[in-house]
Amino acid sequence: MECGSKTRASHFSRRNFITASASAAAAPWMFPRYATAEKSETAPMGEEPQAKVPTSLTVNKQPHRLALDPRTSLLDALRDEIGLTGTKKGCDHGQCGACTVLVNGMRVLSCMSFAVMNDGRDVTTIEGLESPSGELHPMQQAFIDHDAFQCGYCTSGQIMSAIGCVNEGHADSDADIREYMSGNLCRCAAYPNIVAAIRQARDATRKA
Amino acid sequence: MHPFSYERPKSAAQAVSAASRHTLAGKAPPSSPAQFIAGGTNMTDYMKLGVMQPDRLIDINRMQDAGLDNIVVSDQGIRFGALVRMAEAEEHPAIKSRYPVIAESLQLAASGQIRNMASLSGNILQRTRCEYFREISWSCNKRRPGSGCAAMEGFNRQHAVLGGSEDCIATYHGDFAQSLIALDASVDILGPNGPRHLPFSRLHRRPGKTPEIETDLAPDELVVAIHVPALSWAKRSHYLKIRDRQSYAFALASAAVVLDLEGDTVRDARIALGGVATVPWRSKEAEDALRNRTLDETAAEEAAVAAFADARPSKHNAFKVELGRRTLVRALFETRDMKV
Repeated sequence: MECGSKTRASHFSRRNFITASASAAAAPWMFPRYATAEKSETAPMGEEPQAKVPTSLTVNKQPHRLALDPRTSLLDALRDEIGLTGTKKGCDHGQCGACTVLVNGMRVLSCMSFAVMNDGRDVTTIEGLESPSGELHPMQQAFIDHDAFQCGYCTSGQIMSAIGCVNEGHADSDADIREYMSGNLCRCAAYPNIVAAIRQARDATRKA
Repeated sequence: MHPFSYERPKSAAQAVSAASRHTLAGKAPPSSPAQFIAGGTNMTDYMKLGVMQPDRLIDINRMQDAGLDNIVVSDQGIRFGALVRMAEAEEHPAIKSRYPVIAESLQLAASGQIRNMASLSGNILQRTRCEYFREISWSCNKRRPGSGCAAMEGFNRQHAVLGGSEDCIATYHGDFAQSLIALDASVDILGPNGPRHLPFSRLHRRPGKTPEIETDLAPDELVVAIHVPALSWAKRSHYLKIRDRQSYAFALASAAVVLDLEGDTVRDARIALGGVATVPWRSKEAEDALRNRTLDETAAEEAAVAAFADARPSKHNAFKVELGRRTLVRALFETRDMKV
């Protein structure tokens, strides 16, 4: 969602710039990608404290086989192992909601779950919302239409949580939206616009 | 974060024996080297902070035993499997209609995301959010026995006024537990010597001189189910929670109220108080003050005074006594006025 543009074919985006700079500057050990071991059905365990644990995640319909330090949060696995940086790390303690993703269709906090606990599960992140033809999800479009963000840091978590909120059937009234979205903080205080966006997307939102 | 090894047992018996293998004699369950993890919303937080440092993490989410992840509502009452998530329980139609205090206490407890993750058994065993417990540089008798309690002379606005001791005044923050203790719930526990059954009112322990011992559980015992006995008049029940912000915050004061009314007269009552005590807090004093009386302002206020008669406020939390009383009075009237 660069600059509110519906088409995302710009030649030079902030995201591309950051990615390019990071790969140019970073030493390989900063973002290790472990070779994946054959996954065993019966022993998905790390016997030694720092043994890597084989973990399969389906993220935005793409299968990923990872070997993870069991301390890796789902959030860090998505960002640092798989390279999907749309999901944001805010407080890293379950208080702000910036890291919200869908796991098996339910909105959860990816900072509060170890990635290994999600072995075999389906994860949907902000990057997985647009249709194969590149159309934004109705909730993404509604956030743009209603200017439901300022700095944008909380936005991917807001959008994932909003989709969960609608899917759970708790977006009937503004009061419900506010209550059921209370786990997503916005320091820019775009709350009225966020409520308006969710109201618009409510009926149009498909199951993400 | 302290490194740990990870295990994913396929049954409750496997989980218990895994914990037994890593249990050390003389360690209170919270400091045991082996810890169970379900939703993880409390455990991951405390592992990141260094408050919990297990060497072995036992992921109980994939246990296959029948009944661990479902809810049965029958003439006998409710049976919650230990791995049922908060959001599932609060949405259950029979719980909403027949035990509204349970549904409300869950719904007001945390954010939607956390309620999708957190298991019911983890929720009742959640550890305090006392600031001095959370930050490991402070002295804390609960985290480091014998080190002292920084909250006594510190900023203790959110701390308990009931059930504390000279060694600890950390609040028990759970909401669901208040409806469980009000409804005479009990838990099924599986341990290395087989199953046992325990009244919920005996699960948590007041801090006394051993605040590091928080429950009656051994380190290798697992809560596998929660029972709520049938109570026909639980239809008239309600949870009121007062917070610093309107949503997604711990209670400064809360009340779980269940009323059996004949006209305006109280035949029987169940009352529990949250946000003000060190453990889930049943107030039989308030119940006794209401029984066989007309529920008017005088009776409600006398019940509230009785509920807080033993309160021992600290420097910054004296307001909780008055707030707790007013919360209970309002909860009583809101429950009385319910259309059931």
